[in-house]
Amino acid sequence: MRHAIRAAAIGALAVGLFGLAAPAARAEVKSATLDAVKQRGQLICGIDTGIPGYAYQDTAGEWQGLDVAYCRAIADAVLGSPTKVKFIGTTSKVRFSVLASGEIDVLIRDSEYSFHRNTEMGLDEPAVNFFTGQTFMVRKSLGVQHLKELTGATICVLTGTTLETNIADYNRTNNVKIGTLLFDKPEEAFAAADSGRCDGYTDDGGSVAAARSTMKKPDDWMFVPETIGGLQPLGSFTRQGDEAWTRLVKWVHYAMLEAEVLGITKANAEQMAKDPKDPDIRRYFGLEGDFGKALGVDNGWSGRIVKDIGSYGEVYDATFGGNGGLGLPRGMNNLADKGGLQTLPTWH
Amino acid sequence: MAQRPSPQARAAQWLLLLAVAAVGWFLASIAAANLDRRHMAVGFGFLADHANFDIPFHLIAWNVGDTYLRALLVCTLNTLLVSVMAIVAATLLGLLVGVMRLSTNWLVRNIALAFIELVRNTPQLIQIVFWYIAVLQTLPSPRRSIVLPPGVLLNIRGLYLPNPVFGGHAVGLATVAAVALFATPLAWRLTVAGRPAGARALLLPALAALLVLAGIDHVEWPAMQGFNIAGGIQVPPELVALWAGLSIYGAAFIAEIVRGAIVAVPKGQPEAALSLGLRPGQVLSKVVLPQAVRVMVPPLTSQYLNLIKSSSLGAAVAYPELFQIFAGTVLNQSGRELESIVILMVIFLAINLTVSALMNWYNRHVALVER
Repeated sequence: MRHAIRAAAIGALAVGLFGLAAPAARAEVKSATLDAVKQRGQLICGIDTGIPGYAYQDTAGEWQGLDVAYCRAIADAVLGSPTKVKFIGTTSKVRFSVLASGEIDVLIRDSEYSFHRNTEMGLDEPAVNFFTGQTFMVRKSLGVQHLKELTGATICVLTGTTLETNIADYNRTNNVKIGTLLFDKPEEAFAAADSGRCDGYTDDGGSVAAARSTMKKPDDWMFVPETIGGLQPLGSFTRQGDEAWTRLVKWVHYAMLEAEVLGITKANAEQMAKDPKDPDIRRYFGLEGDFGKALGVDNGWSGRIVKDIGSYGEVYDATFGGNGGLGLPRGMNNLADKGGLQTLPTWH
Repeated sequence: MAQRPSPQARAAQWLLLLAVAAVGWFLASIAAANLDRRHMAVGFGFLADHANFDIPFHLIAWNVGDTYLRALLVCTLNTLLVSVMAIVAATLLGLLVGVMRLSTNWLVRNIALAFIELVRNTPQLIQIVFWYIAVLQTLPSPRRSIVLPPGVLLNIRGLYLPNPVFGGHAVGLATVAAVALFATPLAWRLTVAGRPAGARALLLPALAALLVLAGIDHVEWPAMQGFNIAGGIQVPPELVALWAGLSIYGAAFIAEIVRGAIVAVPKGQPEAALSLGLRPGQVLSKVVLPQAVRVMVPPLTSQYLNLIKSSSLGAAVAYPELFQIFAGTVLNQSGRELESIVILMVIFLAINLTVSALMNWYNRHVALVER
């Protein structure tokens, strides 16, 4: 009996030592998902079935949006082309089971990071691409700058959500009275807000921006700068057990942020890549160091992302922001040194 | 007298009853086992918990943080309000259209026909949403309210009526008024000095109305304040849309019931009445309708029950009735899916059984007494 225990202990130690030794000896990246994508020559990316800002089809039938840009960036990094993506629209009910079953390589679908999803559901949460919170949209003509000024107003809201509770909590905490009108479906709620039955509409930030884009005159509407009900981080999901793939998805996000930090844009990328002096920029374009190999891709991956898709800031402006987007202020999604929450590790 | 069933038939009935009971027990035990496996405790104690949401329209006071039980009461009253309003309106409109349908005037007859066919053959939910979005949401904003004399405001947020605020002395006056109202039907049958009081009994309700008016201390007029109209009694457009949707849809079916009942009255009856010299209006009100009512009551009852159940469509137009609040907000906030649905079913059942009982009582009251 004692022998058996000792043998087991020695065995365990041996396995542990081997395990410790393994990272030092890592020569190439081992990732089942990465290999599958390379072999297939196409990334299969799970996105929303259609919501302005995150993922929607333009008039030409092309997928656009923040989440879509991330899918394209991953494909660009791995396969060298932002078009080598197959988009799979997923509903909120099936999204995680589609990912868990292996039908898609990555899920980027305005989904909130949570404890339950990270633990029991066996999913990794590599990168937050959108921070949001419960946002209010009101008519500009009301001249509201602060939520408290909405006392006495009526807000259209969807029932069966945490939105109602957040408003009730806010009313009680701040001793104001923001009225609500509860709808079952967004279509009727949008119509009621648009016609003036309500003074405003509320939902999570991205959805409110989407709601505004459906108004008859979107320019008549503004977002109240504050949010309530705490922070909701939305981002990409991968399956647990494939760390190398999760790491790649994470660093694609950082590459888009790093481009913004370094001031590289889609327009100036070509110019800046021509023998730059700044070592950070040299590293970014793969002229120095080995930043692709460690991720299992070639060294030009990050440079390609900014040339083809743009920096995080550019993508935000084109989807949610003021440059062709939904007109949602950058706010929490700004870089940390500009007052937002987006941070990234140093690029060394 | 019904024939006594044979022993075999009796045995078959007992067997059937046992089988039904066995199936019921089987289903209940499955449900209990499933609940047990998910560690779901069934209980209605949550009704005493605080409800952390607002109910936009309420007949009795409602504050965020009141109990779920009070929320239940608030939305039950909302359901009852719209149901009663719709039953009254649907009956009156249905009666009118049903009579119009039999008119000798071509235009009147065909207007009624077109109304019935249009309303009966389109989905009720679409009609309710139509009234809400296409009709009521074209009203002006609160700042550009339509002012109706004597100070009623109409806008997209609803109809705002002046609110009479009663003084301290109103309670006593209201009691006297109530007594006067109760006495009215008695006074109607009274004979004073050999002559029936009849219509003179209507002086009593008039007196009651005067007493109530005398109890008003001052009137609160609706006026623009901040984002909304403040003061006055608000009739929200959600209520109006649901009311219109339920009433008009119900009226189309009731009109057909009325027509059928009138046709069922033997032709000889109105002919005899006419030959006795009664005017057409009198023939209808004194001879035809009283007999038609007997035929009408049973189908009318099921129409009323349908109408009450359809009030749950109010959820689509943001009217806070039972279904919206209990199957939506309460279910989500308390996590008590099973209990919320059971409560909903029990309340609808109770309301409908009550209506059914009342209508059956009325049916017995008007039915021909066979001698």
